[in-house]
Amino acid sequence: MGAALAVFGLLTGSAAAQEVRAAVIRVDYPSLLPISRLDLPPEDLGHAGAMLATEDNRTTGQFMGQSYETETVAVPPEEVRAAFDRLVAEGHRIVVALARREELLALADAAPVGVLILNARATDEALRSEECRANVLHVAPSDGMMADALAQFLVWKQWDRWFLIHGSHPEDHALADAYRAAAAKFGARIVEEREFVDTGGARVADTGHVLVQRQIPVFTQDAATHEVVVAADASDVFAPYLPYQTWDAAPVAGSAGLRPLTWHPAHEAWGATQMQNRFEELAGRPMREEDYQAWLALRVVGEAVTRTQSADSVAIRDYALGPNFELAAFKGQPVTFRDWNGQLRQPILLGDGRITVSVSPQDGFLHEVSPLDTLGLDRPESRCTAFQGGQP
Amino acid sequence: MIRTTLAAALLLGGALPAQAYKVFVSNERGNTVTVLDSETWEVLAEFPAGNRPRGITISPDGSELYVCASDDDAVRVFDTETYEETHTLPSGPDPELFVLHPTGNPLYIANEDDNLVTVTDVQTRQVLAEVPVGVEPEGMGISPDGKVVVNTSETTNMAHFIDTETFEIVQNTLVDQRPRFAQFTADGARLYVSAEIGGTVSVIDPATGEILHKITFEVPGIQPELLQPVGVRVTQDGSRVFVALGPSNRVAVVDGETWEVLDYLLVGQRVWQLAFTPDERFLITTNGNSNDVSIIDVAAGEVVRSVPVGQQPWGVVVAPE
Repeated sequence: MGAALAVFGLLTGSAAAQEVRAAVIRVDYPSLLPISRLDLPPEDLGHAGAMLATEDNRTTGQFMGQSYETETVAVPPEEVRAAFDRLVAEGHRIVVALARREELLALADAAPVGVLILNARATDEALRSEECRANVLHVAPSDGMMADALAQFLVWKQWDRWFLIHGSHPEDHALADAYRAAAAKFGARIVEEREFVDTGGARVADTGHVLVQRQIPVFTQDAATHEVVVAADASDVFAPYLPYQTWDAAPVAGSAGLRPLTWHPAHEAWGATQMQNRFEELAGRPMREEDYQAWLALRVVGEAVTRTQSADSVAIRDYALGPNFELAAFKGQPVTFRDWNGQLRQPILLGDGRITVSVSPQDGFLHEVSPLDTLGLDRPESRCTAFQGGQP
Repeated sequence: MIRTTLAAALLLGGALPAQAYKVFVSNERGNTVTVLDSETWEVLAEFPAGNRPRGITISPDGSELYVCASDDDAVRVFDTETYEETHTLPSGPDPELFVLHPTGNPLYIANEDDNLVTVTDVQTRQVLAEVPVGVEPEGMGISPDGKVVVNTSETTNMAHFIDTETFEIVQNTLVDQRPRFAQFTADGARLYVSAEIGGTVSVIDPATGEILHKITFEVPGIQPELLQPVGVRVTQDGSRVFVALGPSNRVAVVDGETWEVLDYLLVGQRVWQLAFTPDERFLITTNGNSNDVSIIDVAAGEVVRSVPVGQQPWGVVVAPE
């Protein structure tokens, strides 16, 4: 009955209530203070985005006969498994995870059949390739998508010679790999590469800037001729120190300067102002990427429920991966899933922290299926087999 | 048959001397309204219209201009001769788009940030009702008999049919992503709802809420993602539907019977809203990114000129005869 009504687009608010329950697990990793205090994590990081999505879904649900409940938890990494097991035991079948690769995979592998996990944080390429899991949909973009988004802009600018500076942690090396791959993919050249070793010092406390002003020019001097410095600093150790301090007068991009982002609080285009207003009213603070990604994950669920009239996690996954799924996400075009690895296709914002400078994919980067597939692993490149290759 | 009638009517219209109407354009970022003369296309005036003016409409007698001043949380009312603000109307928060009852009262206003449609009496200046609708209400259309007002909610993706007597939602139709505009035909038999991100215009039978057809758009050499339907206007006889296609900088001309797209007209950048002159000789388009309006000669199906207006033109209305 519900399905028939949906097909004909004729809906009334009197249908029997159907409850859609979801959980959001945020893993809080031990970390140092961020380099910029503007990046201090708010207590409700990610959770506030999930609450906004739940409110949005509820408003729609009142016309469709569905109610939405979302439980949010924040745990240290060693407790994530116990929290997940409790949620599953309580009947949760839809879990949004704001976790890194290791914890995400642990949850995916521990999940009973029928539990759907939406990854709203981990950016590792491997999770969309050889380590993919059939029960995980990736709402967060991969490192490769972010790097490709920036690379397209730099190439469009004809800034083809890059000075790559990466950190010394494994995540920094992974991010550097993404930039190397992006450079090769779009015809840029890495003419100089240096590692900024994390020696545990240099933070801008007290008069740290005096030291930074001496260290960074020395660190960056005598580099081969380049148009842009690309920073791969997933660990927030050095990248914010680069702009204005480099030896050569080159702009900085990547982990500082012009950054690829899923969201930032100055984004206004495509109705985003409304989203910012609604979020700020709810949370009393600007919206961050984690909030946007959690919002998006639960909006994927809400959209699938609205269109299928089913609250079943398997039906939601199947619809999301199917040809009819599309969702407006304040990015100017519908976002959809890649059926070969469960990755959400999405435009990527390029922002300087003040405004949206550009949005990728850039004009002229063509693809036979969707320009969005110029970002990240395309069907032939992904080694993911858990989705049986999708529907070519 | 219908086509012949239209052509004849337009020919007749063309033979008569052009009548001059006042055209009012709201400039979202300029915080002004630009007034144009539809005969000379000269700018007659540009006057302050409050903060972030978007939706714009006019009383049936042409004396009062209503402007959604979104960031002032009010509808500002202007004298159409002096361009002085006469008063404001309570609108609820962040009014974006509205529609006036065919009799001239009341005004049905979409409150984008609050998931409400506010109904305001333009004479007593009182709020008559607040109707809860879906997330990010925007498009507002009213049936010619004034019995049903339709609101579209951009994140809920529905057209909500509201009974204008009871202020209750009587029917919902799920459409494609981000519905922006709702437009009835003059005979009330069809409702067109554009979906900006879905890229479609749904043709709905308002009696049943059933979607009869989805109009899709395709322009060689233009990325399909840029074909984003927003404003929709239909000729009085229902034979032609004009659809503004946003960042593709095109207006689609659609056959109102077969729903085939007949032509795409190149206009200014990021075209959102449309208005006919009362004689349907011209269709005016607001081009938000090129800060101008394009003038389409309806009979010829041609863009005849573009006129610079204020910063980021959003809405347009033409004074009645």
